[in-house]
Amino acid sequence: MMSQFLQVLLSGLATGSIYALVAIGFALVWQAAQTINFAQGEFVMLPAFLVLVGLNYFDLPLWGALLFGLAMSILILGAAFKKLVVEPILPHGGITLVIATIALGILIRESVKEFYSAEGQPFPSVLPSDPINIFGAVVSLQDILNLVLSLGIVVLLTLFLNRTRTGRCMQATAQNPAVAEILGVDVKRMVLYTFLINAALAALASFLITPVYLAKFSNGETLGLIAFIAAIVGGFNQIRGALVGGLLIGVLDNLVATYVTAEYRAALPLILLILIILVRPQGILGTPEGRAV
Amino acid sequence: MNAWLRRVLILVLIALAIGAPLGQGNYIIYVMTSWLIFSIAAMGLNLTLGYAGQISLAQASFMAIGAYTTALLTLSGWHWLAAMPLGVLACFVVGFGLGYPALRVKGHFLAFVTLAFNTLVFLVLRNEEWLTGGTYGLVGIPRPTFGLFSTMRSLPFYYFTLMVTIIAALAMWGIVRSPWGRAFRALRENPIRAESLGVDTRRITLLAFAIGSMYGGLAGALIASLVQFIEPGSFGLAHSLRILLMVAVGGAGYFFGPFLGAGVVILLPEILRFTEGYYLIIYAVLVIVMLIFVPSGMIGIWGRIRDRFIARPVARADLQQGAQLK
Repeated sequence: MMSQFLQVLLSGLATGSIYALVAIGFALVWQAAQTINFAQGEFVMLPAFLVLVGLNYFDLPLWGALLFGLAMSILILGAAFKKLVVEPILPHGGITLVIATIALGILIRESVKEFYSAEGQPFPSVLPSDPINIFGAVVSLQDILNLVLSLGIVVLLTLFLNRTRTGRCMQATAQNPAVAEILGVDVKRMVLYTFLINAALAALASFLITPVYLAKFSNGETLGLIAFIAAIVGGFNQIRGALVGGLLIGVLDNLVATYVTAEYRAALPLILLILIILVRPQGILGTPEGRAV
Repeated sequence: MNAWLRRVLILVLIALAIGAPLGQGNYIIYVMTSWLIFSIAAMGLNLTLGYAGQISLAQASFMAIGAYTTALLTLSGWHWLAAMPLGVLACFVVGFGLGYPALRVKGHFLAFVTLAFNTLVFLVLRNEEWLTGGTYGLVGIPRPTFGLFSTMRSLPFYYFTLMVTIIAALAMWGIVRSPWGRAFRALRENPIRAESLGVDTRRITLLAFAIGSMYGGLAGALIASLVQFIEPGSFGLAHSLRILLMVAVGGAGYFFGPFLGAGVVILLPEILRFTEGYYLIIYAVLVIVMLIFVPSGMIGIWGRIRDRFIARPVARADLQQGAQLK
């Protein structure tokens, strides 16, 4: 009984930590460019397919394909997304941009379906998936390593944002672009960095989560929604918030599916979202008006 | 455009809508009927998006609520005219309940709440087999009969839908022109000024969303009778996004935008049939390109062309926001 609970908890934390990566990227972009990216789920779906392209068409070794996937993701989902979609449309208003990202999501999803495959593709696991025993709970090593890796990435990112000059400039840009510019921060470059980091985080999340399921064109639908909700539930003006939101949803999702109802597990994020909005709209860790990264 | 010309134009369009299906095959009449139905759904979303400036990603769920309510009641012997209002009312109540928490906070929370709601409705429709028939859906939904006028054949059903559409459009015209509707527009153009003039922005936005949802329910009640078969898959998130893009493509905030947008989205697959699977890819690219160059939609393209050839007085830039309120 206890071991089952621990098992459910640990695998929930593992999935949740990957959700957190997606949510953090989403929150960063939201902060720096007031861009709500409705294609965020597709941003996590696509890198896995870029890796498969590297493996199957260019005959790269696994590490080469992963690097190729990461580089292409940063190029397409970071730089090109900002230059070709966000920059021209943002002046027309937030709603127009939201609609554009919805269309972009359809574009990515349908392109993968038409040009690669409509079937789920097996994705090579980066990490070993042997079962291991922790206090009687049987957990896959992959889950533990996923958790460790994504937490490590979050720590590195936090250190980068707080301890380096560039990171501090990015925070200043997110808080007040006008003042940051006066103080000599290259605001445009910082915003670009935010988009690149978002793309990299999405790619890493993609590499970690895809081996658990299969690589499929429709993977983004649920992932995107969960990432938004994780960001809102945790409080999207802090990295810690998105992290807590992601972990919370991962764990609750697993608990509900195991102990309450499997049919309605997908309804859980909605209920959590409405509760949070009613009780604490700034999110669990958010501060009401602050706009810190 | 002056009022006279507009009136004549509307009459010509209605005459066209009456004359166009005569002598056409069943399939073309079916496509035209679904164009009218999606125009109603898009008209409702236009109130939420174009006038109140909030994104709803659950219009297909409201269509589902309208469709399932109407279908269940008509299957148990109710007349469509009695069943439809209940479905529409259910949409208003649900929309109100959903919008209430979401609109407490600034930002695009309604978009996320409705996004999640769409998933929830889909789950309920699929899982509660005792009520909704699960994945098999509901079959054999009757079409309404009015004395001697039966809508069982496609042409009479088209005219019935056309009549409902015209009534719905007139009601929308009334809403948009009423003090309420003007408050919606004031809100979209300049929320701070609207609030300073005593507009209760939160209540107005909530009402816009709830009324917009009612139009979704009406469209659902019609589509249940048109297809005579409903299943959860026809009301998924993809369909909500499709209706949203209809509004954006046609021109959000313009009265005739939804009709144009629904026409494009319904007809484009027919025109682009030769591209087979690439239709959605081409469509998505077209939407993004259009949003970059003409963010106000296809009606905005007409405005651009008119401005190029017909000289008109230009409002002072600092007065522009106020000038638009007229």
